[in-house]
Amino acid sequence: MFEKIWDSHLVIEKDGNSIVYIDRHLVHEVTSPQAFEGLRLSGRKVMHPELTFAVPDHNIPTIDQNKPINDPISALQVETLRKNCRDFEITLFDLGDDRSGIVHVMGPEQGLTIPGSTIVCGDSHTATHGAFGSLAFGIGTSEVEHVLATQTLQQKKPKTMLIEVNGFLSHDVTPKDIILAIIGKIGTSGGRGYVIEYSGEAIESMSMEGRMTLCNMTIEAGARAGMIAPDEKTFEYLKNRPFAPKGESFRKALISWKQLSSDNDAKFDNTVKLNAVDVLPQVTWGTNPGMVTDINGRVPDPSNIVNSIERSSVEKALKYMGLKPNVPIKEIKIDRVFIGSCTNSRIEDLRSVAEYVKGKRVSKDVLAMIVPGSGIIKRQAEDEGLDKIFISAGFDWRQPGCSMCLAMNDDVLNPGERCASTSNRNFEGRQGKGSRTHLVSPLMAAAAAIAGHFVDPRLN
Amino acid sequence: MESFKILKGKTAPLDMIDVDTDQIIPKQFLKKIERTGFGVHLFHDWRYLDDEGDILNQDFVLNSPRYKGAKILVTGENFGCGSSREHAPWALFDYGFKCIISPSFADIFFNNCRKNGILAVVLKKEEVEYLFDEIESNEGYQLTVDLPKQVVSTPNGKNFSFEVDSFAKNCLLKGLDDIGWTLQYKEKIKDFEKKVVTQKPWLFLEK
Repeated sequence: MFEKIWDSHLVIEKDGNSIVYIDRHLVHEVTSPQAFEGLRLSGRKVMHPELTFAVPDHNIPTIDQNKPINDPISALQVETLRKNCRDFEITLFDLGDDRSGIVHVMGPEQGLTIPGSTIVCGDSHTATHGAFGSLAFGIGTSEVEHVLATQTLQQKKPKTMLIEVNGFLSHDVTPKDIILAIIGKIGTSGGRGYVIEYSGEAIESMSMEGRMTLCNMTIEAGARAGMIAPDEKTFEYLKNRPFAPKGESFRKALISWKQLSSDNDAKFDNTVKLNAVDVLPQVTWGTNPGMVTDINGRVPDPSNIVNSIERSSVEKALKYMGLKPNVPIKEIKIDRVFIGSCTNSRIEDLRSVAEYVKGKRVSKDVLAMIVPGSGIIKRQAEDEGLDKIFISAGFDWRQPGCSMCLAMNDDVLNPGERCASTSNRNFEGRQGKGSRTHLVSPLMAAAAAIAGHFVDPRLN
Repeated sequence: MESFKILKGKTAPLDMIDVDTDQIIPKQFLKKIERTGFGVHLFHDWRYLDDEGDILNQDFVLNSPRYKGAKILVTGENFGCGSSREHAPWALFDYGFKCIISPSFADIFFNNCRKNGILAVVLKKEEVEYLFDEIESNEGYQLTVDLPKQVVSTPNGKNFSFEVDSFAKNCLLKGLDDIGWTLQYKEKIKDFEKKVVTQKPWLFLEK
């Protein structure tokens, strides 16, 4: 599948370099200002403003979005995005517009993400869009400028890896648990240099939301792109989306999309196999997403690690996380819960949380917040009455944005606070200086919010 | 972009694996709308004890006076993983690092380095281990990185060769702007669009 998309987007190969055509370019406020500045300085234009879409998401507040942003530097960055979109005639889904939200939630929702296309954004979680059988990856700001100016990217052809997830997920084990288990297995650099294609029964049985969660965290395994062959679920999802093809155009596209999946004799540079039934709900204990175990596991003991570099890396992580070796995961108490991010803020995630917390109360020792991925999801959740369930259980129900996933706005942990988070990175300081992040699924986060510590949602 | 040819300079060690871009430049410093001035915030949470960046963490290796003015950074595997933020190479460059040596780099970071005139050199693990030992035992340790010859030379005469793809090498040597290179082929891009718009019109949107 990767080869088919790559080949059909290759403009030229020259001097050991390839120029690849880009079909959709998504832009946000944090990694784009310097790219637009570069265009102005060199007197260049945006080649295809109609293929470029912008939304502020990284540093915006999740309350009072109708009011001016308090933080003057964030406000300037959002205002700069508005000005750049005006000057270069780019469509902007601004704050207050229902269509706004996290860029990787907005793209699929608006039908901008379609099979067989190439999609880039100045954000590493662009991998999300591969769930639709597109080739999607994150780029740096110089590359953002390059795509704006040329609608292409210079790329070296990556290698391919197939990850086959056979069997079916057990009840209450989610796509988030699968991807954390995969990262735990291949490591945070296991996918470096590869594009990963996911296949197998477990993947086929996943909803589009679940597939997005899976592809989203592909970058945490070091691979820039993850992809899944489009099928009936993909096509059904795309029908009637605002920017997806319609009518006769949709029918023609469908014929092409159905030919995208990898051929039976397709060759991959590497193959990894996993059995879905072996995967239990996952919890990270360290400072990268590969430092993970399951709910029945314990914090590792560095004295059992032979490799000295690995041992010191684990020791450093445990010191930062304030964890003792061999402590059962279920005994780790938490202070905060964050449900949101481009990994897990979609309607299905919110429904699973609502189903679990209905009629229960958030532990008195825990502050818990839910940040929907977009205005559309927020409205849908409210139409379904989920907001009432959350609020009466004691959750804070916010407006859409990246929020505490990277804590560029006011949604920040205090030093030493421990958070069960549905986001994608547990790096040092990610959710605030000295913050301690444990990555989990929305269901695990909900269960931890109620219990005040990690529990197995299947038993509670 | 500055060109990169031969660099001789003081060398600093950062003996850690999986250093992510959140550590290289924490998110609170991503709100600027310029490319410059990030060096003072490089490794902020490790380098300083306070939020303002007034109190140096004396335990952090780069704060040691012996590494002041270093131009080359030697570090562990998977350097630059995580977020795609180009602020990471901007901060490294602004601080003074023109060359990073590691057994491996994360993909996006690796590309971002080249686009900002930083040479990211991949050496073998044992060579990097050797360099850590040498830096540790020799104050004022200097390496010479020769891009045309693709060799890192140590003061005691050891030479470690490294790979670099010909396109990247050419861009770094000449300080070439990628966009200028691509726009030479503007007609090819237009021809490509004309072909695709007839085959797959749904990939294009109304202006």
